[in-house]
Formats: sequence, C-alpha cells, structure tokens
Amino acid sequence: MTTQTTTSIIDRCQALYEDLEFTAARDWKDAKPGRKVIGYLPVYIPREIIHAAGMLPLGILGGGDQLEVIHGDAYYQSYICRIPRSTIELGVSGRLDFVDGMLFPSICDVIRNLSGMWKVMFPGVYSKYFDVPQTYEDEVGGTFYENELGELLHDLEELAGRKVGEDDLRRSIEAYNRNRQLVRQLYALRAQKPWQVPAAEAYLVIRAGLVLPVEEHSALVEQYLAAAEAESRPIRDNCRVIVTGMFCEQPPLNMIKSLELSGCYVVDDDLMLVTRWLIGDVPLDGDPLHNLSAAFLHHSECTAAKYEPNQEEKGQYLVRAVRSTGAEGVIFASPSFCDPALLDRPMLQNILKAAGIPYIAFKYAENSGQMQPIREQAGTFADSIKLWSAA
Amino acid sequence: MKTTTSPGNSSDVLKDASMLKQKEMMAKHYDRLTNAEANGDKVVSTFVPGNLNELIMCFDLVNNLPEVNAIQSGLRRKSGAYVMEAEKAGHSEDVCTYVKSDIGMMAKGNIGPNGSKLPDPDVLLLSYTGCFTFMKWFELLREQYKCETIFLQTPYMADGKITPNMIQYMVKQLKEDVIPKLERVSGVKFDIDRLREYLKKSAEAEDDLVYILQSAKNKPSPIDAYFGGIYYIGPIFGAFRGTDDAIEYYRFLREEVDQRIAAGLGPVTPDGPMDEEKYRLVVEGPPNYTNFRQFWKMFYEEGAVVVASSYTKVGGTYDFGFRHDPDRPLETLAEYCLGVYTNRSLPMRVEMLTNYVNEYEADGLLINSIKSCNSFSAGQLLIMREVEKRTGKPAAFVETDLVDPRYFSAANVKNRLESYFQMIEQKRGGVKKEAAA
Repeated sequence: MTTQTTTSIIDRCQALYEDLEFTAARDWKDAKPGRKVIGYLPVYIPREIIHAAGMLPLGILGGGDQLEVIHGDAYYQSYICRIPRSTIELGVSGRLDFVDGMLFPSICDVIRNLSGMWKVMFPGVYSKYFDVPQTYEDEVGGTFYENELGELLHDLEELAGRKVGEDDLRRSIEAYNRNRQLVRQLYALRAQKPWQVPAAEAYLVIRAGLVLPVEEHSALVEQYLAAAEAESRPIRDNCRVIVTGMFCEQPPLNMIKSLELSGCYVVDDDLMLVTRWLIGDVPLDGDPLHNLSAAFLHHSECTAAKYEPNQEEKGQYLVRAVRSTGAEGVIFASPSFCDPALLDRPMLQNILKAAGIPYIAFKYAENSGQMQPIREQAGTFADSIKLWSAA
Repeated sequence: MKTTTSPGNSSDVLKDASMLKQKEMMAKHYDRLTNAEANGDKVVSTFVPGNLNELIMCFDLVNNLPEVNAIQSGLRRKSGAYVMEAEKAGHSEDVCTYVKSDIGMMAKGNIGPNGSKLPDPDVLLLSYTGCFTFMKWFELLREQYKCETIFLQTPYMADGKITPNMIQYMVKQLKEDVIPKLERVSGVKFDIDRLREYLKKSAEAEDDLVYILQSAKNKPSPIDAYFGGIYYIGPIFGAFRGTDDAIEYYRFLREEVDQRIAAGLGPVTPDGPMDEEKYRLVVEGPPNYTNFRQFWKMFYEEGAVVVASSYTKVGGTYDFGFRHDPDRPLETLAEYCLGVYTNRSLPMRVEMLTNYVNEYEADGLLINSIKSCNSFSAGQLLIMREVEKRTGKPAAFVETDLVDPRYFSAANVKNRLESYFQMIEQKRGGVKKEAAA
C-alpha cells in the first residue's frame, strides 16, 4: 500500500462529495454487465443485504449547497425541510437514472411520504419504504423485523435474478463489520486528538463510504487513519463539543468548517449514522438475518428517529457520549422543519441541563449560505465554556 | 328535523339537532374526564388515529385524547397562547402545533373545555399510527407525567396492502405487551367477550356513519362532509366508538340526513340552511380550527359544499368496507389501525381522492395544507397534480394551520378560494362549449 497524505485522500473524498452525477457509482455499474445500484436515504438501511445481492448501496443525502433546485421546489411547501426537494431534483434531472432501486427508511413522515411519491413519479424503478420495529423484544419487534429483512432480500433477489445464500450474507456482514470498526477507529482518533482529524476531513472520509463499494471505502479509511496519525498538526485552543441533530439532511461543509474555525473541536456527531448504526460486530455464526435483526434491536445507535421505551434511558446516550469523549458542551444543529430532531431537542436539553452540560442550538438547511451567525454563536459558546472551565 | 340556535352561544350559531346532541355527548365525556379522580376512574391518554376505544373500555379506563383537547383549545381561541407558551419553553416554531397547544395548556394549568382541570393520565397508550410526531409527543408527555407508557406500533401500509407480518406483529404487541400492561394499570382482568360486545356495537355505528358520509352523493348534498363532517366523526373517532351512545347518535343523525334528502335540502351551516349548491368539492387535509367558522363561511357563502374529505377518514376508513369484526377481535383492531388515512401510502391517497372526485361528482379537489402536519402535507402538491390529471377536474391549494392562529390569513385563503371557484366556472364553460360544438 503506497503511503498517501491526508491532502490527497481528502482531495479524492471532496471530489466524490461534489460529484452530483455519482460518477463513481456509475463507473462501478458500467464495469460489469448486470450490476445494479440501490439508492437509500438516511437514517439506516442494512447495507449488507444489498451487498450480498451483488449490488452497490448508494447513499442519497440530498443535493447539498451546490445543487440548484428547480423542479423539486414545485413539489414541496415552504415549511417542509430541504432534503426531499433536492432528492426529487436529483431524480427529475436524471442524475439518478442509473439507480435500479430506492429505499426509504423509516425516519419521519416526510421521507415516508417521499417513498410513495417515488412510486408515482418513477414507476419503473423499484422503490420500497423500509419499515423497522420500534419495539425491541426478540419475539415481537425482532420477528417482525426479520420478516421485513426477508422481504427486502426476496425483492433484491428478484431484481438481481439470483438467489442470495447465507454465505453471501455472512461475507457481506464481515465486510461491513470491518468497515464499522474502521469508522469507529476514526471517530475514536478524532475524539482523542481532534486537531489531527479536522471535522470536515472526518466528514468527507465517512461520506465517501456512501458512494464507494465497502471494501474500497475500508481501504480508504485505513489510509486516512495512517496518514492522519503520521502528520503533525498544530493544536488550537479549541473547546471540545458534540454536534447532534444532523442525522438526516446534511449541513453544508462550510458549516462544519465554521464550527472548528469558531473555536470548537467536534469530538462526536450523529452524521451519517448508517456507517456505524450497529454497535460492535454482527456475529457471523448462525442465521445472518436473525443476527442483523438482533444487532438492530439490542446493539444500535440511539437517535431521535427511534422510540426510547425507558424514560430513565431517554437521552442518556448523549450524556455518555459527552463523558466518554471528554466533550465540554453539545451543539444542537438541526435542519429547519426536521420533526425528529426538533421534537426531541427539548427533552435532550432537559437531560443535559440536569447533567450540568452546557449546550446551544441553531438550525440550518443543506443550502444555508450565511455562516457568520453560526460562527458567532458557536464562538461565543466556545468562549463561555473556556470561561466556565477556568472558574 | 330541527334546526335550532345553539344554547349558551352569544353569536347565535345555528346548529342542527344532531350537532346539539353531539355537543351534549362531548360535554358529558369531558365531565367524566375531569371528575375521574373524584369518581375513582383511571385515565388513559391516546390518539385519534389508532384509537383503541373498545379495548380501553374493557379496562374501565376513561379515554383522553390530547389531539381533541388541542382542537377544543383552537375552537375556543386559546391555542395561540398555549402554542407561544410552549415555544417560550424551548419548543421549535417548526413543529406540530397540536403538541405545542397541549404542552402549553399543561403549563397553564391544563384546564379543559368545560373549565375544569383535566386529570393527569394514569397511562399513556402510544398508538403509533400514521404520524411520526405521535412518538415524540408521548415521550414529551411521559417526561411530564412520569406514568406508564404503552407503545403499539402500526406498520406503514407502504405497498398498498396489509401483509400477514403486519397483522402478526400488531396482535403480538397487543397480546404480549398492551393488554398485560392495561390489566396492570387498571387492575381489571381482560375479558375478550367484553371486547367482542363493544366491537359489535362499533360495527353497527360504523354502518350508519358510512351511510351518512355517502349521502353526499345526493344532489344537493344533505351534508357538508368536511366542516359538518367534523361534527359527525367526533363520537366515533373519540371516546364513543363501541358504545350505545354512538349507535343512538348515528341512527339519529341518519334519520336527520334522510329527512334532508327527502326535502331536497342542503347542509345546515352556522348561518342556517345552505342555499343553492353551486360547487361540489373534495377536500384533502385537516381544517383550521382557530378560525373554523370563518373558514367554513368562505365556502357556504359561495355555495360550495364539501362532498367528501380525507380528514374524516383519519380515525378510520370505513367507506371502503372495513368494519370492526367481533369474531376476530385482536386482528380487527390491527386492521383498523393499519387502515386509517394517514397510514396509507401516497399512491393510495391519490387513488382514494380521485375516486371521491368521480364517485361524488365533484367539481374538483381542494387541498388545505397544514403548516405543521407533515404526515398530511408532505407530498400534497404531487397529490394535487395527479388527481387533476386523472380526473380532468381543477384542483387548488390553500395553506393554514391546525391550531396556530398566526398561520391563518383570511384574505389570502379567501382570494385563493374565489379564484378557484372562478376556475371551476371557466372549466364548466369550456365543457359546455365543447358539448355544443
């Protein structure tokens, strides 16, 4: 493996990030006849199943701040978030014309309804609303989810024109286990030495995993980890924060950069949770669908899109994340009109307040251009944390 | 049939006899609710879509519906202050105003529409059907009340069908979680035969409800299936499904409707019986409650009557044949939850509204898009285009909110409605010209 610098790796990731034609995924598809690409939206899809069917899972995260939305706005009122309109723009403008199927996870009513819109607007494309259990007993939610996974597998087998065996699934689980380990290593390194892993770089490296085959992405993360460890970067007098609320519509890259420029090291976040939704390795022994289901029920990330059955546990994941990463505060950055993030926010804030953890909140849209107010707010937050710490 | 002046209302709103009867029923229920503690009754809070009233009654629990409380606050012009109270406490201006009205009402003493304090619930039955916000709403209430919370998930009918996996999942939840917890909270043992009795009564009232809603196929329509329809659905979507009261109410209403049909009369509006029926509309989306009467007036003053609406299916879509089935008590509760309007996929909604326009011989589709209800609103512009394309009838779009008065702009709504009625006239003129040519 040739040693690469962080700059060359990030340049590649940046190019992938900016490419709204999804050239890398198109090239992958064109490289071999019969290959298929399955798009998916946030927040979680068992990508192992798509991979096992020989297909490329392609994360669709809206159009960002570089896409001019012309058609998409005609489908949504002003009071609906931005990601569905730019996703429709990607579809209507032909940028997704190579995608053979679209999966819409259970995250909120907007994405749920988008699944039906896709069926009406693109009747020739396989599209599925991917329902997940919000109850976590093995015999209840688990059985339901295993059957849903079986249904997805069946659909993809039909699309692929071949059966998918248990060993295919195990190989894919292994590939994604490896990828999740590496992504967690990257998060751990950033929490430990945030000056070595700037938030924008971590974002771009992780985001590349939504368009690249998993094996290629794992290699890329490994390269980045080695390069980031090897380089020496100056330590700034920044405070350490966790940023939360960004699990669906993406913030502009400039916003992530602005947070660091304003004096905040991001030591954890909830961006692109699909890359680390399952905590720990999914076992390779036994029934693969059962194992994926059990991991979802018992070893998966907490986020506003999930129901927390236990009041005592509500929001504690955030407190634990603050403690384990040594964060000094939490920034609630939520997309405008995002029901899950904004409805959850007051409850999480109450929990942080009780735990004595400072926080601030603001909203963004994927195409927000003006960063000065956010920079000022985050800068003031960082200053106040430093003052409190000194007291 | 009697049309009378509603007692105790200084603005002399005219109501037909069934509306008065309905009002009495609701008042009685609120009295039972606010006296629950004194009477030793236990209270369950739950939602209108996915309301399991028959099951709730098996445990002698009193049904409290926070959505209906928010509606009542809206109608009484109190919700605006409640919403702002919640926003002051940190709730976003972007989210559901039912939630904020409810939370603000709690902060202000939780006074119900009868002027008495609503009781704290003993249990929250989070029937998660067709609306993501429900989940967070009851997490917020649980934080406040710290009481037992029971969760029942209804899978989304994304592919237009109910699968065995969906039914099995729901029945398992009912058997293994919902019922045992309701037994524990109430101290009442579950009796499936009691449930069957209630379900039988539900089906009887549901037959009459469907008859009433479908009476709008008559010309003129004897009912307004949106503004008037909201009164009609109150008992069956609320705390009365499965009761003798509901059977009596819907029988009474049916007789009233039959009399109007026989006399060739249109609906009764707050200003009296409606004059000539000029426009027949299908309406998609919930109404605005803070300016409910003003909103309705914009229709009936122009001779517009709503002949079918999706909102009156939000607590059950009985007009497609579903009835609660006492022979399959738990499965039927699951099917009921799965079938409510907001749990239906967008293609199903398009088909339903298209059929309404055709079957009720409507002049077109009007969408009232609600600012804070993504379950309804996301996708409505596509629905509008599709229904227009499939029926050849004009569609229009107005925007208001459920219970936030800041989002009701009377002049804007009126302008758009007037333009829409002109559009219908033009379309009719065009059709006549074509026929003459």
